[in-house]
Amino acid sequence: MSAELRQLGVAEASRRVAAGELAAAEYAEAWRAAAAEDELNAFLWRAENASGGSEGPLAGVPVAVKDIFCIEGVPTTAGSRILESYAPPYTSTAVRRLREAGAGVLGKTNMDEFAMGSSNENSAFGPVLNPWDLGRVPGGSSGGSAAVVAGGLAPCAIGTDTGGSIRQPAALCGIVGLKPTYGAISRYGMIAFASSLDQCGPLTRDVTDAALLLAAMQGWDRCDSTSIGIEGGIGAPRREDLVGLRFGVPAELAADSVDAGVRAVFEATLGRIEELGGEIAEVSLPHAEHGISAYYVIAPAEASSNLARYDGVRYGMRAPDAGDLIEMYEETRAQGFGTEVKRRIMLGTYALSSGYYDAYYGQAQKVRTKIAADFDTAFGEIDFVVTPTSPSVAFNLGEKTADPLAMYMNDFFTVPMSLAGIPAISIPAGLAEPEGGGTRLPVGFQIAAPAFAEQRLLEAAFALEQAIGFAQRPGGGGDGG
Amino acid sequence: MIDRAQVLHVARLARLRLEEDELERMAGELSGILDHVDRIAELSLDDVEPTSHVVELENVLRPDEPRPSWPREVVLAPAPDPADGAFRVPSPQAE
Repeated sequence: MSAELRQLGVAEASRRVAAGELAAAEYAEAWRAAAAEDELNAFLWRAENASGGSEGPLAGVPVAVKDIFCIEGVPTTAGSRILESYAPPYTSTAVRRLREAGAGVLGKTNMDEFAMGSSNENSAFGPVLNPWDLGRVPGGSSGGSAAVVAGGLAPCAIGTDTGGSIRQPAALCGIVGLKPTYGAISRYGMIAFASSLDQCGPLTRDVTDAALLLAAMQGWDRCDSTSIGIEGGIGAPRREDLVGLRFGVPAELAADSVDAGVRAVFEATLGRIEELGGEIAEVSLPHAEHGISAYYVIAPAEASSNLARYDGVRYGMRAPDAGDLIEMYEETRAQGFGTEVKRRIMLGTYALSSGYYDAYYGQAQKVRTKIAADFDTAFGEIDFVVTPTSPSVAFNLGEKTADPLAMYMNDFFTVPMSLAGIPAISIPAGLAEPEGGGTRLPVGFQIAAPAFAEQRLLEAAFALEQAIGFAQRPGGGGDGG
Repeated sequence: MIDRAQVLHVARLARLRLEEDELERMAGELSGILDHVDRIAELSLDDVEPTSHVVELENVLRPDEPRPSWPREVVLAPAPDPADGAFRVPSPQAE
């Protein structure tokens, strides 16, 4: 019975709860029980009462929440030792709006520390395991959120995406992940990593659920002066074909750097687009190849500023017996932050320091202008830009931890959209063998649209998703490897 | 390209104490990343405006109306060393 309840899609479950056909408490209990069996190290905290309300578009739906979102009275660590015993006195707008829509909170999910990472191996609380292969990463930084949805431990989740941290784990776990337009969802209560890039978004089993969560969360918020919301709101996608739509494949984000298996699924998906009546065209995004360089200046620079608040003064960890004030700051931060966080703080501080500001941060901001302009120009000719979401399928734990740059390259296809602030979605498009062979693993297909074109994006993604019919689940259900 | 002395200087700016072996490793890793990032230094972008904010919003204001803030106890609750209604910290080093 519990397993049957968990098969219900979010839309159907909330419809039944709102209609009085299903008790919110019963549905929540089915998920609470599943979450309690977490062997993926995906939850950092679980609610004893995950029950939602009996009204609203998300009535009774328990949502897994990345541990970067503040919830009043609930432990919130951002995957870091420096916030290990912190419980915020307030709730983030994104979670508040989900609750107002009738949702409950199932638990807080594990993540790369302060959202810095592409594998969820940078958490102070241990890595998250990919439900498709427990020896592999789920992707990051929203690895926990992706793993719980893919692994059948949560009906849906929310995460954050700064350079790909929703889209890439969604791709590696075979689920849907959406990064909305910058400003669509309020960042109030969302622990800041890079303020000009961070965005909240849904990780779900399908495009319909992603639309539901986006609809509930989006909107202007008095508490976030960078929020705008999506004019007209968001409705359930219904599109059945792609006739009249043009999909651009960027020449500069080319296939060389992509694993053969990923490239094959990408090209097969282009074929499906054409079968649905869509047109494939080549476009040029001349500066997109510099996305990683610009991102790994801008994001660490903003992070170095945002993470300055973790100093042991007002909340979080403080190193005991550290000496004078400066020594207390230095010791607290040395003990509280992990290696990757320290690396990015150092990189960012350097890039912003006197003598280097113009050459690094200033120059990176100009590259950002060009990347955004390239997309603008491209959208004059085509409706969507499409790429593989990730250059590879899920890699082995420990495989890319020795070389920071190798890890950063996982974001190659996702970073340009973050820099431009435009919305992008990853949908599961098939399975592929990893380089070196082995069980086939999910491949994500990324579709990007102009700013605030989420409805058109969701419609196209929905039509394509229906045609692809990706039904495989971890553990061999549906496909048999 | 970024040497030990520079790493020490940046660590001081960032209020991070690094162990000796961390300093060496950090210098190497940062140099590697900066080498890659340096590609953008070669682009000629003299006439390009920098983007600090992707969305077209300017000077978002709200009416200057005072509202209650949080009670002091709520703010001091997570503090490592609350005292006398304030955050107690070690003294700065004597000059």
